[in-house]
Amino acid sequence: MAFIPHTREDVAAMLAAIGVGSIEELFDEIPANLRLGALSGVPESLSEMEIGRLMAERARLDGRPLCFIGAGAYEHHIPAAVWAIATRGEFYSAYTPYQAEASQGTLQLLYEFQTMMASLTGLDVSNASLYDGASAMAEASLMAVRANRKSHSQRILVPSTVHPHYRKAARAVAGNQGLVFEELPYCTEDGRILPGALERYDGQDITALVIQQPNFFGRLEDVDTLCDWAHARNILVVAVVNPTSLALLKPPGSWGTKGADIAVGEGQPLGVPLSSGGPYFGFMTARMEHVRQMPGRIVGRTVDAAGRAGFTLTLQAREQHIRRAKATSNICTNQGLLVTAATVYLSLMGPAGLERVAAASHARTRELVGALTRVPGVRRLFRGPAFHEDAIAIDRPVAPLLETLAARGIVGGLDLSEHYPQLGQALLVCATETKTSADIERYATVLAECLREARAA
Amino acid sequence: MSAQLEKPIFEYSVRGRGAEDQWPRDPGPEAIEDLPAALRRTRRPLLPEVSELEAVRHFTRLSQLNFSIDTHFYPLGSCTMKYNPKACNSLAMLPEFLARHPLSPETVGQGLLACLYELQEMLKAVTGMQAVALSPMAGAQGEYAGVAMIRAYHRARGDLERNEIIVPEAAHGTNPATATMCGCVVREVPVNAEGDVDLEALKAAVGPKTAGIMLTNPSTLGVFERRIEEVARIVHTAGGLLYYDGANLNAILGKVRPGDMGFDVIHVNLHKTFSTPHGGGGPGAGPVGVSARLAPFLPVPVVGRRGERYCWLTERDLPQSIGRLSGFMGNAGVLLRAYIYMRMLGREGMAKVSEYATLNANYLLAQLTRAGFDAAYPDRRATHELIITLKRQAKELGTTAMDFAKRLLDHGMHAPTTYFPLLVPECLLIEPTETESKAALDAFVAAMGEILAEAAKEPERVTGAPHTMPVRRLDDVRAAKQLDLTWKPTGAHAIPTTS
Amino acid sequence: MSNVPSDLKYTKSHEWVRTLSDGTVEVGITDHAQHALGDLVFVEVPEAGRKLTAGEPFAVVESVKAASDVYAPIAGEVTEGNPALAAEPEAINSDAYGKGWLMRLRPAAAGAAPALLTAAEYQKLVAEEGG
Repeated sequence: MAFIPHTREDVAAMLAAIGVGSIEELFDEIPANLRLGALSGVPESLSEMEIGRLMAERARLDGRPLCFIGAGAYEHHIPAAVWAIATRGEFYSAYTPYQAEASQGTLQLLYEFQTMMASLTGLDVSNASLYDGASAMAEASLMAVRANRKSHSQRILVPSTVHPHYRKAARAVAGNQGLVFEELPYCTEDGRILPGALERYDGQDITALVIQQPNFFGRLEDVDTLCDWAHARNILVVAVVNPTSLALLKPPGSWGTKGADIAVGEGQPLGVPLSSGGPYFGFMTARMEHVRQMPGRIVGRTVDAAGRAGFTLTLQAREQHIRRAKATSNICTNQGLLVTAATVYLSLMGPAGLERVAAASHARTRELVGALTRVPGVRRLFRGPAFHEDAIAIDRPVAPLLETLAARGIVGGLDLSEHYPQLGQALLVCATETKTSADIERYATVLAECLREARAA
Repeated sequence: MSAQLEKPIFEYSVRGRGAEDQWPRDPGPEAIEDLPAALRRTRRPLLPEVSELEAVRHFTRLSQLNFSIDTHFYPLGSCTMKYNPKACNSLAMLPEFLARHPLSPETVGQGLLACLYELQEMLKAVTGMQAVALSPMAGAQGEYAGVAMIRAYHRARGDLERNEIIVPEAAHGTNPATATMCGCVVREVPVNAEGDVDLEALKAAVGPKTAGIMLTNPSTLGVFERRIEEVARIVHTAGGLLYYDGANLNAILGKVRPGDMGFDVIHVNLHKTFSTPHGGGGPGAGPVGVSARLAPFLPVPVVGRRGERYCWLTERDLPQSIGRLSGFMGNAGVLLRAYIYMRMLGREGMAKVSEYATLNANYLLAQLTRAGFDAAYPDRRATHELIITLKRQAKELGTTAMDFAKRLLDHGMHAPTTYFPLLVPECLLIEPTETESKAALDAFVAAMGEILAEAAKEPERVTGAPHTMPVRRLDDVRAAKQLDLTWKPTGAHAIPTTS
Repeated sequence: MSNVPSDLKYTKSHEWVRTLSDGTVEVGITDHAQHALGDLVFVEVPEAGRKLTAGEPFAVVESVKAASDVYAPIAGEVTEGNPALAAEPEAINSDAYGKGWLMRLRPAAAGAAPALLTAAEYQKLVAEEGG
């Protein structure tokens, strides 16, 4: 079904108006040797009923195991109103708000979103989203190069405690423009940036320092010291943050004496389901002085011809459709629908609700780690506080263990050996407010069983 | 349309109000005792404090201020605003797909992976390419991946001099922006009066520094690049590769394949051709397809198959990959919607899309010409879109393309794309898509005719439009000079932000 | 027809050059250029002390519909960027050759100065471009 409304009479009338005998004639400018006969490799058309059955079967195949992974995507309760509103046709099937008069709904929503994100991160301005947290970090690095007039090296310091996928994406996205990403080592005892790691860069030309808080392991970095170190050396600070955590943790704008310069992160925790990896959205906020270097769309409030307040896209001269080869980025489409969901989510949560979500998630993770480390052969990997995510060490190989757990309906965590082999057999685990004590008990019980079986084998 | 504007939601906030039933139970102060005081937040963020009904009412009313495909004719050229089938949304949002964490073991993702693998296969089939990667999150990211792959290919062969990307002057702005992001130099070639790339200029532009050319076919001028095989030959002979911008795939879906035209790498816009929602600005998806020689460079992850099992192929399997472009595997939910749509279209439906999109555009071309409008390329067939130029009206009557666009809003229709392509002065780029009926097209032509008549008799009605929208024309200059990018509390609405 | 004062020199990229009594030159964009850009909303001028080569972009002028680089007509060292343009970018629109000056430059001593256009030559260029 191709959703085509034409009747035979419509087609006949239209062909007559055009002055051709058939639809095929309308393709006569295309060289005949390029025109396909039949299309192969695509199955027959399915009705909505048929595709409905197929998708239901495939969904059933995957089921809904109990999820204890974080690692950049977090399962939180999403009120039904969030997606009921986001999937309204007026939001779902609207285009980018280039014709402002026909898009005041989207534009005002984005203005409200910008306000919330700027405040949440403690900075001055926000854009209307980027693709995801990883690409946002890449864009922030490019922006730091543009904004830092005192530095010419294009060297960006990135702790190895930053999400491994983010570090890879930064190289893949920004590496072709001459940026050099240098990794800072971490301490295997507390899972944080090695205290002396920055010393060797003293006196060198560095453009920006990236700090992720909480870091990939859920540890809390010494953001004030790191931020001040950078600013004393004309290095810009790019903060990579979890938006839920900002309800409880000091926002980037308050780090150190001057605060971070740019803040980015993954917006998925705000009302966006895990959805197998996307679509999510990246957020970016910054100090006002850097606003002209920000990629992506930005909404501004202004007045109309009758003097009434209204909203419109602004600072578009930075963007690809005007600046072309000199644009701040090639980004065109962003993640508008997800931002809609996030804005509704934040409006339903408010400051008190978001704080509860953060606190409850933090408490659940502590409870989870407590329960799991009571299982013989399991111990906590790092000392010191962690926020809503933590790492445990296990005395058996992790990969087969995770497979066994999955077969019993539990997605137990992320195997850290691929990206951090020096940690040995280690697992990153997370529990949010969606997990109950019974869920945690179940995981601990099944884990104990699996480990007993593995040892016996 | 609701004519009443909404206050910013912050103006509804009352301290202490909130949708409490949606919050988790209070875990008590002990829950966060272990967080160091020095790292704790001290000032509350500015977030709304409203009840659930107040929030629902506010955002529902905001939605009613929008035009959308579900509510209005929306003929935006090069955006392909076709109907977004509801089933694509409801089936992609089945709870199992929504609940799945991207880093879950593959054993609990075989259903999803089957859908994504089959999507890769279908995209290969309709584009005539040998391999597909699904992870780019928008057309622009797909373009980036494509140009990055071209560069990687040349570098792998030791051909380090090739850093020039040729772009027709009519190209979409993302094309030159992408070339720059890949560290390439942009060379523009002109387009002739019939809308085809100037072959002589192209021959002069190619050489040992040519990495490739970025094209779309049909071009941004809404016409088919008739000598595309010749263009391909010129570029290939000079050692360059051809990149296809899939923005206009709706014109040739099921009828012509970019692979057959000689393209080495393409991107597809799922949010255009394959009807995933525009969502007020996104999300999109820009999968890339390549010929065999570029397959080793595809961005990761890619869905693979080992016997009966589907799996993710990563850097280990594709050591020459240009890398990963996203935190996880791209916009899975968008990919699922496109998969469902493509399964509903099926083999028979693909060609129907381009046939009826082309029929609709040519019908509009004929009717608008009859109504007194000037086509930019009157001697060419329209493809899935057409361009009319209002240069004459601007000169004779003082009404511009933007004025016509704004007046159309008063007629309850979203304007076509204005001022793109840049080459055609005072242009409207009109793409009806195949899902619009003859009646909708006739209504559009009638509205355009009325505005034309009005432009002659009462031009101020046109130049001052829109008159019936929730706002009149907005002051862009003020928006850029007096930056007001976040709501600030003043007076009665000052909300204390200290806890 | 745009305004093209006869006592100034011009470039192909629509900059004007005025020689001052102390040997420095003053540079801005022409009336034709400001008209094409529309109402300017933001202007970035260079800092004093910056050394420029001929043809190097030294400033950006931004309107709602376009952002353009401005190119140094000759090599030299910037003595001053116009401080008033931060608050009043529209001075370029209203007085392109007067209050809308962008920077003052001390020309580099050595090297041949690239050929600048006379008012008549610039006028011809603009007419050919259809302005």
